[in-house]
Amino acid sequence: MAETMSGVRVLVGTRKGAFVLTSDGKREKWDVSGPHFAGWEIYHVKGSPADPNRLYASQSSGWFGQVIQRSSDAGKTWEPVGNKFVYDGVPGTHQWYDGTPHPWEFKRVWHLEPSLTDPDTVYAGVEDAALFRSTDGGQTWQELAGLRGHGSGPHWQPGAGGMCLHTILLDPKNPDRIFIAISAAGAFRTDDAGATWRPINRGLRSAQIPDPAAEVGHCVHRIAMHRSRPEVLFMQKHWDVMRSDDAGDSWHEVSGNLPTDFGFAIDVHAHEPETIYVVPIKSDSEHFPPEGKLRVYRSRTGGNEWEALTKGLPQSDCYVNVLRDAMAVDSLDRCGVYFGTTGGQVYGSADAGDSWAPIVRDLPAVLSVEVQTLP
Amino acid sequence: MIRVQLPAHLRILARVDGEIQLEVEGQATQRSVLDALDARYPALGGTLRDHVTGQRRPFVRFFACEEDLSHEPPDAPLPEAVAAGKEPFLVVGAIAGG
Repeated sequence: MAETMSGVRVLVGTRKGAFVLTSDGKREKWDVSGPHFAGWEIYHVKGSPADPNRLYASQSSGWFGQVIQRSSDAGKTWEPVGNKFVYDGVPGTHQWYDGTPHPWEFKRVWHLEPSLTDPDTVYAGVEDAALFRSTDGGQTWQELAGLRGHGSGPHWQPGAGGMCLHTILLDPKNPDRIFIAISAAGAFRTDDAGATWRPINRGLRSAQIPDPAAEVGHCVHRIAMHRSRPEVLFMQKHWDVMRSDDAGDSWHEVSGNLPTDFGFAIDVHAHEPETIYVVPIKSDSEHFPPEGKLRVYRSRTGGNEWEALTKGLPQSDCYVNVLRDAMAVDSLDRCGVYFGTTGGQVYGSADAGDSWAPIVRDLPAVLSVEVQTLP
Repeated sequence: MIRVQLPAHLRILARVDGEIQLEVEGQATQRSVLDALDARYPALGGTLRDHVTGQRRPFVRFFACEEDLSHEPPDAPLPEAVAAGKEPFLVVGAIAGG
């Protein structure tokens, strides 16, 4: 049953600051606040499911490094918290682009995932790839080192965007289970709250690596799940849209009739676990929509059969990209779908994708979009 | 008393307006000044020097008395005019990124 709520808050991270877009349940008129942290790259902003007033933001800069910001009043005010991300023990090495060992070096936080139950617990996915956790509201961070230490870490390689841990999915039914994904290593799962991890990439095939079916080395771009059915995962890989029905133990391709199966973002409808959304991108070298037409594709069958959603989206001369963390859904009835582009537009749909309208058109390049559905 | 000037982004982060005045224990060096700065403004921790290596970030520069001190050893004494508070110690974001 769909929840009846009164409004939404869209949290947008961009190359030059954060923006907060708010609306009532109709999602027709929007208030835009920002830029917050003007001039800084905001890779991600996300609210706590346990306390919607608690927000976390990853703020970084090529000059001044990483800052983590925390708000306890829904973004009205912010305070910098801990930014010390120190790898556990001797960091070791991963593979560099030329195949030589390269020491793990912290660069930035790509993704912040607040706990489902505790506003002061939050996970951070970082570059060079590792998972950190804070249990004190972001003041201090500890690495869950079993991920890098499980054995395959020395063979991970950076993708074009860096070796980043960009996806963190917390299982709502099993607090000990977490899924993460790394470019370009693949997907991993823990069943003991982060102590031990294993790769979950069986069924993925990547022609760009020497063994296309290798245990690690896949450039996974994004994974999504529906909270009612956490054993079913949907993945946008570098190429291929994939699905797992067994919590990642095996994957099969569901690209079906997509015009291209390259892309970054993927998400699931809030009330229909078999309805999923992707934004096909032409190729890994041409990071824009095919034919200059910005189209979201929706499958109501959990993949394979896809329909183009075009109403309200530019259908000529559009050459923006939609990055991996730049799509989100609200849980209003009907489900709202949102995505941001590298051209600075944030589009919203209040009817599950049937029609779209720009909420804002001229922000800096959008890195991430999250939505909070407000009581 | 040491006078320190920060770039705009770090003044916002530290929530200060204009120049900072710091009391520094012992000899005024890059390290002692930056340690005192971090102690007084914890939000600046890690923004000028890497948390792990302690190294100056590549695009952060330190100027004083019309000289670039960025490559001086961190424990070298700062110019007398800086130590005496006559000239400020400038933290500068390097011109980078076009």
